[in-house]
Amino acid sequence: MPEPTSRSTGFATGLRCRECGRAYPLDPIYVCDFCFGPLEAEYDYEAMRRAVSRESIERGPASMWRYADLLPCNAENAIDIQAGFTPLIRAERLGEELGLRHLYLKNDCANPTWSFKDRVVTVAATKAREFGFQTLACASTGNLANSVSAHAARAGLEAFVFIPSDLERGKVVGSAVYGATLIAVDGSYDDVNRLCSELTGRYPWAFVNVNMRPYYSEGSKTLGYEVAEQLGWRAPDHCIVPLASGSLYVKIWKGLQELAKLWLIDSVHTKMSGAQAAGCSPIVTAWEAGTLNIRPVRPKTIAKSLAIGNPADGYYALRVMAESGGSGAAVADEEVVAGIELLARTEGIFAETAGGVVISGLRRLVEAGRVGRDEVVVAFITGAGLKTQEAVADTLAPPLHIEPTIASFEQALGDRGGFEPQAAKLAS
Amino acid sequence: MQRQRVKFTFPQELITLPIIYELGKQFNIVTNVRRADVTEDRGWVVLELEGDLSEIERGLDWVAAKGVRVDPVQGDLVEG
Repeated sequence: MPEPTSRSTGFATGLRCRECGRAYPLDPIYVCDFCFGPLEAEYDYEAMRRAVSRESIERGPASMWRYADLLPCNAENAIDIQAGFTPLIRAERLGEELGLRHLYLKNDCANPTWSFKDRVVTVAATKAREFGFQTLACASTGNLANSVSAHAARAGLEAFVFIPSDLERGKVVGSAVYGATLIAVDGSYDDVNRLCSELTGRYPWAFVNVNMRPYYSEGSKTLGYEVAEQLGWRAPDHCIVPLASGSLYVKIWKGLQELAKLWLIDSVHTKMSGAQAAGCSPIVTAWEAGTLNIRPVRPKTIAKSLAIGNPADGYYALRVMAESGGSGAAVADEEVVAGIELLARTEGIFAETAGGVVISGLRRLVEAGRVGRDEVVVAFITGAGLKTQEAVADTLAPPLHIEPTIASFEQALGDRGGFEPQAAKLAS
Repeated sequence: MQRQRVKFTFPQELITLPIIYELGKQFNIVTNVRRADVTEDRGWVVLELEGDLSEIERGLDWVAAKGVRVDPVQGDLVEG
C-alpha cells in the first residue's frame, strides 16, 4: 500500500457492502471481505445538508467539482481537466421527430476527452493520489483509456492502459498521445479481464474501475445533479440512459435521490429507462423476462462502448428500473446508426454509438407508449462520434463532386434535385 | 500460495454437476464459496480459490472448458 498524501473525505464516512451491509473505512478496497459483494461510499447527509445549498453550489466552478461536497474526496487537490457541467439542450426538432414536447439532451460529448468517463476518472484519479498511488491503470477499448491517460498526464502520474491487441489503431491514438503506456494483450476479451483482475492485487496501482471503483462510480452522480440544476432545480419526469455495466444509470438515480435527501429538489418521481444494443443486452433481456438475474452474454455489436457482457451493476440497474417505473429497450445495430444520424441531423450533435442506442431506444419506448408525449424527458448522450466514425461513414451521402465552375456546381445541385439558384429566383 | 476471487455462471445443463467439488479434487485448490444463487434453469457462485497460481490457472481453464463462464467477481473490467 502506498503512503497517503492529503486525505480529506468531505462528508463521506466510509464504505459499505451493497450485499451484506458490512462497513469498511475509506480505503482503496472494492469488494467485501466476507461476501465479495461490491462496496459503495456512504455519507453523513445530515451534516451535508447543513453545509450545502443551491446557492453554494451555484457559486462553485463551472465543472462537476461544483458538487465537491457530495463526492468522497478532497476537491482542493482534485486532478481536474474541467470535466462536467456540460450543456443541457432543449431538443425541439428531435422531439418533434420522436413525438415528445419536452425533450432535453444532456450533451456529455462536451467533456475534455469527449465522453462522460471524465466524470468518473477525475474522482478516481483524485482519490488515487490522496491514497498515494503513483500510477493509474485501466482496461479499456476507448473512452475510459482516453480519460485515464489525460488525467494521469495532468497530474504527472504514470498511466498503464490495457487494450485487446486487435483494437483498431485509431482507438489507440487518443490515449497514446497523452504519454500513457499501452499494453496490447493477445487473447480474448475474457483473458484481458482476468489478467487485469490478477494485476490489481499484484501491483501498487490504482486501477480506476477496480480498486478505485467505489470512488470512480460516484463521479457519475454528477450527471444527475447537473440535469436537476439545469432544469431549475427539479428532477426530470423521465431519463433515458445507455446501459453498459449499469453503473452510470444507477448513479444518475442516486444523484437525484441525494438532491431530494438534501432538500435541494422536491421528491423524485423520475422514471429511469435504459437502452442497450441488441447484440449485448443482458440487462434489457432480464428486464423483459421479469427477472433480476442477469445472464452474461458474449457481445456482438457496433456499440463497443456498451459491450459489457457481464455487467457489474446489472442487478442494481434492474432494481432501479423496477423501483422507478422505467423501461428497457434493445435496438439493432442498424437502428444505432439511424439514431446517430437522426440526432446529428436534427440537433447538430454527433454522438458515438452509445448515443445512437439512446436515441433509437427512446424512439422505441415512445412508440410503445412507455414515454409520455408531455413528460420532461432527458436523453443522456455520453460520448462524441468522432471516435466511432466508422459506424456511420458508409451510410452517409458522398460529397457532390464538381469542376471548379458555376455550371458544374449548378449541374450537380440540379442532379441532386429541388434546387433553384437565388439569382434566377430574384430575376424572375 | 495465491488467492483468487471468481464468479462461476452455470448454464442449465451443468447446474446439477459437482464441478466445484471436482475442481478441488483434480487440482490442488481450496474452494471457498461466499455467495450463490441457483435455480432450476441457471446458477451463479462467487467463491475464493486458494493454491499455487499455476494450479488455479489450470483449474479455471478446466472449469471454462466444461462450459462454465468464469469472471472476476467484480464483473467485466474492460470498459468502453
